Amino acid sequence: MRLFSAKLIIIVLLVALAGLIAWAILSLPFNGPSLRAQVFANIGHSGVSNPVTAVLLNFRGYDTLLEIVVLFLAVLGAWSLGMVQLPGPPYPAGLFLSALLRILLPAMVLTAGYLLWAGAHAPGGAFQAGAVLGGAGILLLLTEVRFASAIVSWPLRTLLSAGVLVFTGVALGSMFLGGRLLEYPRHWAGILILVIETAATLSIGVILTVLFIGGRPSEADRTLSVKSTGKRKDK
Amino acid sequence: MIWSQWLFDLPLALVLLWLAWRLLTSADLFKAVVLFIAFGLLMALAWVRLQAVDIALAEAAIGAGVTGALFLSALNKINSEQQKNDKGQAETKGRNL
Repeated sequence: MRLFSAKLIIIVLLVALAGLIAWAILSLPFNGPSLRAQVFANIGHSGVSNPVTAVLLNFRGYDTLLEIVVLFLAVLGAWSLGMVQLPGPPYPAGLFLSALLRILLPAMVLTAGYLLWAGAHAPGGAFQAGAVLGGAGILLLLTEVRFASAIVSWPLRTLLSAGVLVFTGVALGSMFLGGRLLEYPRHWAGILILVIETAATLSIGVILTVLFIGGRPSEADRTLSVKSTGKRKDK
Repeated sequence: MIWSQWLFDLPLALVLLWLAWRLLTSADLFKAVVLFIAFGLLMALAWVRLQAVDIALAEAAIGAGVTGALFLSALNKINSEQQKNDKGQAETKGRNL
């Protein structure tokens, strides 16, 4: 009986919450206050013709900068959890899988490059391109690990921080050139956005791949890392 | 014109809700992950219908792809840990006996 009444209270609360959300959505004005007109009025100065990219990389560049910093912090958080041996391939890559990878991976890199380039005038951009790169990286991790373990150490760290460093560098550089923070020189806006997006794409791709590992990949050779996993078992 | 749009959008919304319900109530975690990936792909379609192609691309790549792979890897880790624990418990039980 008591269980039944608890259930009833939960159901009533849930229905009330659903009703509240429905009311909130219905009470929104259908054509809310929008900055659409301002965006389209100033898009000529942004350096790109895709309104989404113009907002993300120019008008509200600060938000995007902080988003990339958040991704970078996520990696720091994951790495502080401890060392992780790069996951070995669960199965030896067979003829079919390695042939598929040889076609699929270049295609994914090409797609990422296209999305990055297309971001200036069509839907696309650094996050989408970075996600595709991240997918390629995860595929590589799950299959051909010999290839992946060669890049751990400083090349990996450079790629991880490239997005944050380049974006911050451009933001501060535009300050030194007389503007405000992230106020790109007008004639250079297009090329600067491309530079930032390229660095961000590489960083996001590598960050997503590294987050998939779930810890700091150990740079030591296999004998050392076997010892460290042995220690973990003792705990 | 409008009717044909409803014909596509309404089933899409209903299937999304149904998938969400199925994946949240599924007792089998592997099934839930597979349903989640399917949900992400259909959600990407819904974003396209809402004319947010940028979000659709990110949803398909991150929501369905990367998150799905992460879930599968986490599931794999949970299962192997459980197997280890089961083995360990069996061993200690054997010793106690």
